[in-house]
Parts: sequence; C-alpha cells; structure tokens
Amino acid sequence: MNNSLHLNRESPIHRLSPEVKIVAVLLFTIVVVVTPREEFAAFAGYAVLIAIVAALARVPAGWLLKRATIELPFVLLAVVLPFAGHGERVEWLGMSLSVEGLYGAWNIFAKGTLGVLASLLLAATTTTRDLIVGLDRLRCPDVITQIMTFMVRYLDVLADDARRMRIARLARGYDPRFLWQVKAFAVGIGALFLRSYERGERVYLAMLSRGYAGRMPVTVGAPAPAAEWVLSAALPVASAGIAVTALLA
Amino acid sequence: MHIANGIVDGPVSAIFIVVAVVGLAFCVWRAKLDLDDRLAPMAGLVAAFIFAVQMLNFQVLPGVSGHLLGGTLAVMLVGPYVGALCVATVLIVQCLLFADGGLTALGLNITNMALIGAAAAYLLVAGLLRVLPKNPAGLGATALIASVAGVVIASMGFVVEYALGGTTELSIGAIAATMAGVHTLIGIGEGLIAAITVVTVARVRPDLVYALRHFRKPVLAKAVLA
Repeated sequence: MNNSLHLNRESPIHRLSPEVKIVAVLLFTIVVVVTPREEFAAFAGYAVLIAIVAALARVPAGWLLKRATIELPFVLLAVVLPFAGHGERVEWLGMSLSVEGLYGAWNIFAKGTLGVLASLLLAATTTTRDLIVGLDRLRCPDVITQIMTFMVRYLDVLADDARRMRIARLARGYDPRFLWQVKAFAVGIGALFLRSYERGERVYLAMLSRGYAGRMPVTVGAPAPAAEWVLSAALPVASAGIAVTALLA
Repeated sequence: MHIANGIVDGPVSAIFIVVAVVGLAFCVWRAKLDLDDRLAPMAGLVAAFIFAVQMLNFQVLPGVSGHLLGGTLAVMLVGPYVGALCVATVLIVQCLLFADGGLTALGLNITNMALIGAAAAYLLVAGLLRVLPKNPAGLGATALIASVAGVVIASMGFVVEYALGGTTELSIGAIAATMAGVHTLIGIGEGLIAAITVVTVARVRPDLVYALRHFRKPVLAKAVLA
C-alpha cells in the first residue's frame, strides 16, 4: 500500500534510506521547537532550508501548502490569542492587541507550520513500507512495527469493505444523513469490526501454519551507509547552525 | 484533535515522551498476557479497523460532518491494553504518514488519547457494567457514558500539559472550559455510535466483546451436569 501523501518521484531525497530521513526530520523539528520565539531571522532560515529540501525532492510548493492545511485548527487558536492575551497592548488598525498574545500566536504558527512541512516532506519522499523498515532499523520495539505492518497491510482491505457496505446500503435506498439516523451507520461499524476480527483470526492461523513463531522474518536490504547519514545530517546541522548564530547575534 | 509542534514547550514534551514509552511498555506486557503470539495480527487488524472507521465521515448536520475517534470502542471490544496499543499505533502512523500531530508532541498525544483515554474509559466500563442492568440497554448506556467521560478526560490531559508547559499565556480556566465543552459534544456523538456498535457486536458474537468476558456462562459444564 502507498499512503495518499507519497509522491512517486525520482530524486536524491527519495533515494535516501528511510531511517536517515526519519532521524533528520526529528532532529530538525526539535531544533525548531526549542528555538526562542523572538528569533525571527532563525525561523526565516528554517523556511529557506525546507524550501531547499523541497526543491531537491521535486515536491511542488502548491502540493505542500494544500496539505499543510491539516494544522488549521491550531492556526485558529493562534488567531484568537492576540485578542484574548493579557498584559501590554498595542493599537493596530484600530484593534487593541496583546503583545504577549501576538508573540504566542507567532510561536504556534511558525513552529507548527515548519513541523508540518518537514513531516509532509518525509511522507512525500518515503513509502509506507520503507517508513516501517526505517523504524525497525532505528530499534523501534518490534511489537509496534509488527502491529504497524499489519495495520498498513490491511488498511485498504478494510476501507474497501466499509465502502462496499456503504454502497450496498445506498443501493437499498437508505442514506443516513443526520445524527438521528445514526443507527444504520453504527450497525455497519459493528459488522465491519466482526469482519476485521475474523479476518485477523484467519490471518493468524494462516501464519501459524506457515511456521510463524511470534516474530516476522528479518526483511532483506542493507542499513543506510555512512555517506547517507552524513548527507542527511546537513539539514539538522544547518538548522542548529542557524539557531546558534541567531542566539549569539 | 492532535497537538501540533510548539504548543507545549520542550522539557514538558520530553517528560511526556518518557511517560508514553513507559505506559506503552506496560501495555505491551499486559497485552501479551491477553493475546500471546496472536498480538501482532489481532492488534494490527483492530488498528486498521479504527483507522478505517475514522475515514468514514458521518453527516451530523448538513455541511458539518464528524468522524469517530474509536478509542472507547476499541477498549470495550479488545480490552484496555490492546486497545491503547492500537490507538497509539494509529497516532504514530498519522503523525509520520499524514503529518497529523507534531513529531515532538507525539508523547503528549499518545499519553492523552491512548493511555489516559483508554484507562479512564475502561475503569468506567468495568465499574458501570457491575451496576447497570445486564441487558443490551445497560451495555449501550455503559458505552455512551464511558465514551463521553473518556473523551473529556483525555482532553483534560491536554489542559494539564498546557498548565505545565504552555508556550502562551491563556487562563487555564478558559482553556479547560472550552476543551470540556467541545469534547462533551464530540463525546456524545462518539458515544451514540460506540453504544450501537457494541450492542450489535454483543448480539452476534458476545465472545468478541472483551468487556463482557466476566459474564460468560460455562454452557458446556452446565449441559454436562444436567
């Protein structure tokens, strides 16, 4: 299965091993979050870094911005802050805004947006299967990676099941549109659970009969070479450099 | 709603990553007692089920659609430990593949929705099932109440984290009131769907409802005695 956010392109970023990309994005996000909110120049620098990576990965800006709308609920929270904040206030276009609230809004907006853009770039350049392989090589406990493997493997199957049941309901003339018609919807969910759980039992028995003993066989493929770690370290190292320069300046 | 990066400061986020890891380790240990080596396939399928359910939008009013979160439902059907693991897996996948919820806030989100939500919902379910009548109506009421309380208590987890390390100065009282209000509404919708779903499953395959496992009657033994 491929996630809906994956952009199948040929680029140096796509070719990097998944584990180095996960670590680079994680470190970059940490640097962004710990940067003091007054360092406006540093945030501009981070945005430039994101733009460079996006260009290298051949991910269009419009694609990124459209999917970044996922953080809208928190942007709304940020819009409220200047009006609701306490302390010193400034006049702007006839509105009285709290200085503290403006800083708070900027903090949420800048750090939230940079984090979402970095995560989107990771998802755009890495397939689901590779992400799980990456987590496994990063010594993520194998219970979690195995549950994820099954979840990702069967997600499409169950989503298709749910879609077929909905079409069957529509074909019989029932279309629950309002909250007081929720019963058919919920009964459908119950049926979906029964199908999922019984499929789980069948899958488990099939695995047992093929020699499953509690651990999946080790997947082939070599871990990332040192050169890739050095290459991907460029992003967190550059962002840390920007942060230190901004703080010292 | 998933917490994004930069809402709660670094040290508090780090503390809750530790809380989440310890909590999940405990859940893995207990879940293995429930499911032994069946854990990965069963929990994976239930996690896929939660994810598929979250993709189904339901029209609440014309133009406004909502979707199920599935936490309480999972807890009632597969138990608190497997349920919490499934919700946590869904959160990790949403964070890495769908950029929903901040990478540095993953510990906060797992603590709230997987650990606090599952624990609160399951304690209520266990308590209410003893008190309420043992029929479909009682089971449905249990699911409804546990869903509302579970969702609201999970949202209070965010209020506590915000009080500890919020990056902006808003009054905690206002945040608590807003979060409780919004999540009560979410919880009622969630609860209605969870109640009907659990009752449906209990009618067809009562053996698959974890919350009812203490009420199984030893049919075979009785038949042999009679």
